[in-house]
Amino acid sequence: MAMLQMQRISIYALKKDRKPVLELLQRRGVLEISDSIAEDQVFQKMDVSQVRSSFERNINVAKEASQILSSYVSEQKSILSSFEGRKIISLDEYSNFNSKLDDTLRIANQIINCNKGIAEGRADILKLEAQIEMLKPWTNLDIPLNFEGTKQTKCFIGTFPKEYSLELLYQELAEYMPLNIDIISASKEQTCVFILVTNSLQEKVYEKLRSLEFSHPSVSVDKAPAEQLEKYSNRVSRIQEEILSLESKIEAFASNREDLLFLQDYERMRSDKYQVLGQISQSNNIFIITGYIPERETKALREELEHKFMLSVEIETPTEEEDIPVLLKNNPFSGAVESVVEGFALPAKGEIDPTAVVSCFYYVLFGIMLADAGYGIIMTVACGYILYKYRRTMEVNTKKFMSMFLYCGISTTFWGIMFGSYFGDVFDVIATTYFGVTNVPIIPPLWFFPVNDPMRMLAFSMILGLIHIITGYLIKVFQLYQQKDYIGIFYDAVSWILLIISCTILLMSLDMIKNILGLTLVIPSSIKMLSGIIAILSALIIILTNGRESRNPFKRFLKGAYALYGITGILSDVLSYSRLLALGLASGIIGNVINKMAAMPAKSFGFVGVIIFIIILLFGHTLNIAINALGAYVHTNRLQYVEFFGKFYSGGGRSFNPFTMKTKYYKVKENVNNG
Amino acid sequence: MDKFGIVFALLGAALAALGAGAGSARGVGLGGEAGSGLVTEDPAKFGKVLILQLLPGTQGIYGLLIAFITLSNIGVLGGSADFGIAKGLLYLAACLPMAIVGYVSAIAQAKASVASMGILAKRPDQFGKSMIFPAMVETYAILALLISMLSINGVAGLSI
Repeated sequence: MAMLQMQRISIYALKKDRKPVLELLQRRGVLEISDSIAEDQVFQKMDVSQVRSSFERNINVAKEASQILSSYVSEQKSILSSFEGRKIISLDEYSNFNSKLDDTLRIANQIINCNKGIAEGRADILKLEAQIEMLKPWTNLDIPLNFEGTKQTKCFIGTFPKEYSLELLYQELAEYMPLNIDIISASKEQTCVFILVTNSLQEKVYEKLRSLEFSHPSVSVDKAPAEQLEKYSNRVSRIQEEILSLESKIEAFASNREDLLFLQDYERMRSDKYQVLGQISQSNNIFIITGYIPERETKALREELEHKFMLSVEIETPTEEEDIPVLLKNNPFSGAVESVVEGFALPAKGEIDPTAVVSCFYYVLFGIMLADAGYGIIMTVACGYILYKYRRTMEVNTKKFMSMFLYCGISTTFWGIMFGSYFGDVFDVIATTYFGVTNVPIIPPLWFFPVNDPMRMLAFSMILGLIHIITGYLIKVFQLYQQKDYIGIFYDAVSWILLIISCTILLMSLDMIKNILGLTLVIPSSIKMLSGIIAILSALIIILTNGRESRNPFKRFLKGAYALYGITGILSDVLSYSRLLALGLASGIIGNVINKMAAMPAKSFGFVGVIIFIIILLFGHTLNIAINALGAYVHTNRLQYVEFFGKFYSGGGRSFNPFTMKTKYYKVKENVNNG
Repeated sequence: MDKFGIVFALLGAALAALGAGAGSARGVGLGGEAGSGLVTEDPAKFGKVLILQLLPGTQGIYGLLIAFITLSNIGVLGGSADFGIAKGLLYLAACLPMAIVGYVSAIAQAKASVASMGILAKRPDQFGKSMIFPAMVETYAILALLISMLSINGVAGLSI
């Protein structure tokens, strides 16, 4: 239950130290810059937009180049590599990169140019290929396509849109003899012909040809088609060679991939630095940085700054009115669900960080919803393996997420053992199918089978719900206590807790409820009386006080009555925990269905049956674990957000967003060897 | 006439699987249509879109669950199927909440899911909240599941 105490920090330093100071702050990443000093004649802010846009341009160039590079030379990546996190490089490598900057940028531009050349070459090839396609039917013609004829003759070179034989054409043109017809090529779609007639007849022949739908070829070249074709195909192969050489040129840059990626990070960091530079106030000789810093970091940062530079650091406690950023701090067990809390909202002013309480309930609720020892062990082992394998490089958020599922997996295993579920009832099915065992279950549940006794499970779910909801009210008590709203504790929280508990006792004493839940406990009438009185009293308190912000007594009463109506909300909240039963049964019974389906062919097909059995089991349980883990995740979140947070937490804090190295591929670490 | 008991009971099981399954199929389909639009713009959101798309898929599973419990209770999956018409009708009635609420809630939830994809597109940091809106709808499917399940268990114990 903790949020880090924030301090307001102001650093006054000499302008000549501007760059190293900012770089140090960026590397430490503990300071959120906020500009609180207004511009005046002495202190002014720098315009950095131009510089930043040049960085952004470089980032885009490097990004494009590395994308092109990976489309030609794919990177070897394992499935798990997304857990790996950013690569760690040393401070020296980081500072040495400056000398490589221009080279890398040049390489990036070269890659982009090569790619452009390849694209252009491909377009040219397409164009040439279209022309080759058109020329192909003319291959056998040994004069140019635009041959007009000799002094005495006229030549028609062209196509008919259907197939003609030489004989047929001579028949059609018989009256215009003498003429010469050569069929260059013929297919169903078109017939390419060469027709030579005497000059005197050319118009009549042309008319006749037109009536046969003669048309001139769409390509016109000065060379004989065969020659031209050769020229074209030579050109195509030349372009292809060029493309190959460009491709191999790009591939040769594969060794620069890392530089290209780092260039993006490097320029991103510089761009961020300049953004901060634009935020801080500067005079001719000094500059001022103001911002927020977690209290525990102040001492180290101050010492380091004062040791290295000539400057003055001022630290003060922020006032209540300030918009202080929030940074959660929890132990590893609870901290794993910080992302769940952040997913809702960070605590606002006056609220406590509920992460620790959330985490305990989170693991329990998730475990009951999935409740299968087999699935739990798979989750635990998978998360544990990933956490161990990438323990050095894993990003903080991924780590938290994975450890959350690790704890959820442990809890799932625990509840699976309690409720006797191991991949559904896989042991029983195997034993009865292959070993003829009749005495099932082989592993009896530690507690009970929810399938056989759903009412008991329902009662358990709701009791857990009541505990969860009352815990919510207790946190509200604590919160109101911290805000010193002592009246509120009694009116808004304690009265509700009393009402819930007394109503529960009253309900439990009803025969109907007892029958439904199969309870046998007898509540003494004195306790019944007492809880009846408490219920009425607390209801009265709620009616009389919950509208206390209104002055009009009638309005106040109505508001109070409406607040009491909220008891129905609590009833539905408690009922909502029946999803523990529903989802728990769902994962268990679907597991059973899978086992049953697998066992059906197993008996009849002998050895093949065993293989089918295993395949169905693997496939079915993978699907089941995926769907039900998703369901458990979503509904655990829902129970936390709606039923639990609804009682005390509204959130609205601003997250701490420090000036740091927001890189994508690399993180710079000082003293890599030691850390 | 007495033999019709099992017919009605099986009809109930089939309806539960049908209604809830059909609703989920439509719902997940709706989610897929909207989701693929979002993934075209930003492929990195695939994982989160998939979660939102799958949310209305649970009703189909609940339907399957009810159908399966009914089947195993009435002896279709092995065992004796010996009961009267009244009991058969009771099974049918017990399956109806899941069949109807499953169908309606899956589609309603899918619409909420599709709207939540809008949150994911414009405010990816608010994914936690975007998941809650569809999850609210699911409550009613869960309540129907609960009633159907308790009814079937109850009917199995009745001696009529």
